[in-house]
Amino acid sequence: MSAEEKSMSIIVTKGSLDWAYPPFILATTAAAMGLPVTMFFTFYGLPLLLKDLNLQLTAAGNPAMKMPMMGAHMGLPNILTAIPGIDAACSKMMKNLMNKKGVAPIEDLRELAVEAEVRLIACQMTMDLFEYSLDDMIEGPELGGAATYIEVATQSDINLFI
Amino acid sequence: MADHTLDAKGMNCPLPILKARKALKEVPANGTLEILATDPGSVADFEAFCRQTGNELMEHSEDGGTYRFLIKKTG
Repeated sequence: MSAEEKSMSIIVTKGSLDWAYPPFILATTAAAMGLPVTMFFTFYGLPLLLKDLNLQLTAAGNPAMKMPMMGAHMGLPNILTAIPGIDAACSKMMKNLMNKKGVAPIEDLRELAVEAEVRLIACQMTMDLFEYSLDDMIEGPELGGAATYIEVATQSDINLFI
Repeated sequence: MADHTLDAKGMNCPLPILKARKALKEVPANGTLEILATDPGSVADFEAFCRQTGNELMEHSEDGGTYRFLIKKTG
């Protein structure tokens, strides 16, 4: 079976550390399996194209976020998530855990996506809205809007919204 | 002996697949790539990868938590 005629697109709408993984994992893997892949970065997904990433996550409103600690799985009650510095601490813990478990940093997966010629489209409207320019971004993204994405989607076999 | 060996031990999903794809580029047609991995998910993933890309998964085995795959480049 050849994958040549199959293709995939992903709308990337979220830019926290945890939400950054699914789109980059799926895009790089699909590309490795021979599928042409397009990623459309919009709203909070757009900053994932910035040159310098310092991705954070938040425990607030995220009751499923339980990290292994001292043999148990520990979550953080919402009331404690308002403590200053708690998101930075959680993010650091998550990054340490990922490093220990051999999970690639997002920066590496992004580089592999660029290397695999994944087509990256930065949403023009979001660029205007949040006042970014292509100079703030890594090399590679092109600008486009909803119609650009729809054209891609009509030609793709798999279209994901993450 | 395989034409190339990729040591993907300690790497988690999707790195073994991504590194394997890269390594396969260095393998001549009908040559073989041996992959060593510790990710238990890599068993199902290399089977799917080979089905999708038309490469042949000739062997896979496990020894003490290390998985060994032998892929023939037919894709």
